[in-house]
Amino acid sequence: MSHAAGHTLPAGEHTVTGISHNRLMMWTFLASDCMFFGSLIWVYFAYRGRYFEGPYPHEVLDIPYTSVSAAVLLLSSFSIVMALTALEHADMRGFRGWLLGTILLGALFLGGQYYEFITFYHEGLTLTSNLFGTTFFVLTGFHGTHVFIGIVWLLVQWLLSFVGKLTPAHVERFFVTTLYWHFVDIVWIIIFMLVYLMPY
Amino acid sequence: MAEAAIRLEQAGYRRSALVEWLTTVDHKKIGILYYWTAIVYLLLAGFLALLMRIQLAQPNMHFLGPKTYNEVMTMHGTMMIFAVAMPLNAAFFNIAVPLMIGARDVAFPRLNAFSYWSFLFGSLLMWSSFLFGHAPDAGWFGYANLSSSRLYSAGPGLDFWDLGLQVLGISSIAGALNFFVTIVNMRAPGMSLMRMPVFVWMVLITAILILLAFPSLTVGLFMIMFDRYFNTNFFNPLHGGDPVIWQHLFWIFGHPEVYILVLPPMGIISEVLPTFSRKPLFGAPFVIFAGIAIAFLSFFVWAHHMFTVGLGPVPNALFAASTMLIGIPTGVKVFNWLATMWGGSLDFKTAMKFASAAVWMLMIGGITGVMHATVPLDYQQQDSYFIVAHFHYVIFGVIVMGLLAGTYYWFPKMYGRLLDERLGSWHFWLTFIGTNLTFFPMHFVGLDGMPRRYFTYAAETGWGSWNLVITIGAFILGLSQTLLLVNVVKTLRQPAAASADPWDGRTLEWTIPSPPPAYNFAVIPTVRGRDAYWIEKYGDGHHTPAATDTMQRREVHQPRHDNPGHSLLPPGVHLPKPSWWPLIVSAGLTAMAAGMIMHGTETLGPLGFPIVGLGVFVVFFGLLGWHFEPAIEHEEAHVSQ
Repeated sequence: MSHAAGHTLPAGEHTVTGISHNRLMMWTFLASDCMFFGSLIWVYFAYRGRYFEGPYPHEVLDIPYTSVSAAVLLLSSFSIVMALTALEHADMRGFRGWLLGTILLGALFLGGQYYEFITFYHEGLTLTSNLFGTTFFVLTGFHGTHVFIGIVWLLVQWLLSFVGKLTPAHVERFFVTTLYWHFVDIVWIIIFMLVYLMPY
Repeated sequence: MAEAAIRLEQAGYRRSALVEWLTTVDHKKIGILYYWTAIVYLLLAGFLALLMRIQLAQPNMHFLGPKTYNEVMTMHGTMMIFAVAMPLNAAFFNIAVPLMIGARDVAFPRLNAFSYWSFLFGSLLMWSSFLFGHAPDAGWFGYANLSSSRLYSAGPGLDFWDLGLQVLGISSIAGALNFFVTIVNMRAPGMSLMRMPVFVWMVLITAILILLAFPSLTVGLFMIMFDRYFNTNFFNPLHGGDPVIWQHLFWIFGHPEVYILVLPPMGIISEVLPTFSRKPLFGAPFVIFAGIAIAFLSFFVWAHHMFTVGLGPVPNALFAASTMLIGIPTGVKVFNWLATMWGGSLDFKTAMKFASAAVWMLMIGGITGVMHATVPLDYQQQDSYFIVAHFHYVIFGVIVMGLLAGTYYWFPKMYGRLLDERLGSWHFWLTFIGTNLTFFPMHFVGLDGMPRRYFTYAAETGWGSWNLVITIGAFILGLSQTLLLVNVVKTLRQPAAASADPWDGRTLEWTIPSPPPAYNFAVIPTVRGRDAYWIEKYGDGHHTPAATDTMQRREVHQPRHDNPGHSLLPPGVHLPKPSWWPLIVSAGLTAMAAGMIMHGTETLGPLGFPIVGLGVFVVFFGLLGWHFEPAIEHEEAHVSQ
């Protein structure tokens, strides 16, 4: 039973498309969020290279370091799929384990971002130092906020699973969370490529 | 049926009227809340307009003074767009869309309540700026860096504007998500997309526009917030910042916003004209695809607001061309409306008067729109009263008149009573005369060079006489709106005697009683074509009329309930449960915005972040409570007596 094809509607819900209300709303919200990050990335590019003073991107960005943290976030997309599969098979132990792993990977990424921000700060790059600092911190900061909200959401569901409020009957609800989580991962891949990997 | 159903109040669901309104998740009640809040704001923001008109009635007046004038002008524009036109649209989304698609409620009833409360609190937050003596004063599009620098706009006025708009934006996005899912997922059996009423189509398109256009404004407002609070350099040219970036972000939102405002009233016009012409909408698929084309093109025209910025001849030419393209689908709509009326047996009820006048106003506002799509002409007209005339013809002439048509048309569905036609006729004619007397002479003074936003002008300009005419027109326009209130009060004092189908309507909302019971449809109807009810009543050449009960005819004969919320529930119908959480989460969200505003002030600064924290706390636990609360009435409430 593939979760992508199986449109399991919550009990009592009938929809024209066969897609649950929650799932359709999440897809629609993510379309809107694409425009949000699209605007932020566009602003980053509009100001790219218009940095009157340093520190400049190539002086501070540590590509190997951020590659590792990007890999950590990518791995969390794998672990959340494993959590979803476990939930579909009513394997609550597996579900909790993979979900906790996802939460820890997300937290590791956020911790890494925090450490990165602190390092940049000590190297003189702040929110106000130059336009690179301004656009960099706001863009990656909003992404970090998305990751943080995702972690809180996953943590709540992890806790709910212990009191019987998140059961295999709620697989559709959890699926919607995974959509959000994958989206946040994809946005990071784009930011990582455009901000870190593109030669400055 | 009677023995299977139970009375909700016997199951412990009796609530005081106030609590009922505060916790309601019924789309019909939320629609009424939206409607009256927006009408009150219409009168308030209209009052601000009259203040401006007194100031401008003659040259060198000292009625308002420049500072107050800027505040009054900014609040008039901002509130009319975000707190009047959009919520009035949302009111009719709520009042009509679920009924027109044969649904019992929207997809997310509590999210719907959240949209309303965030709109109410966000707009109250902005209005409250007057109480603190610092209303926003940078115009409704708040150009950076006037708006982004505390050097140029000291005091919390622009903070009220920035954060208030963020709350209103969240409200709009939540509403758009809700209605998108509702329309896509909850249509009655048989209602394919092309059988949807045109109003529902326009709401669907509007929802998509809101979802794709608002994030750009959100990002821009965040940038202004960062510049104002954390000394970033987004719009500070000294550090390479570029104020034109704000203009791009704002108008990438701002032009689709025009269609967010106008498409739903165009939908209302597309419902009212066929009903009172007793003909189907001419070329309905063309009207629908024209709406889609307008929405698509609206994302590629934003720089026509920026022709004089100096983007260069190539961008200006491209944006001029794309702007003129929008004239084509708009023209398609106008011709289809005219062809709908052509040869119809026209019945000029008040709704019809407003709708057909709106078509005419759209022609005037549309033609001037094509005029300033031409770059050299726009160089002359930019920031003159000609522009003010143009967009007021669209915003008042089409949008408000369309919404007034909707008011007279759907009032029986809101209150079970028909508004008085005689008073309605007076209301229409005075509004029509007032509109044209106010906004048409603005073309003349605009072409004569009178700039917009200036708080006064010299006597030698010779603009005084036309401005006096405009002011007289504005007072006729403003005062005539009280006729609507008089009409409503008079009508509500009469018994609710409207029939289910007073206009001989075409769509599903007319199959159920006026006002509808809480559950809307006892039996979900099956739809056999566009103009679903009309086909059942009269056939359409392919289908024969239904002999008896296929649509909801028996519903029409159901006993009338004075309080629809406490009516008998048909078996198997589950109503959404009233909830406090939407109100609480909205309050938390608004507390976050209010805390940020306080943080920017000298006296209340230290309180700011604690209140933001409190807001985050309330939102988080509010969402938890929301999550734990069952969304529909408990099963035990349905146990038969």
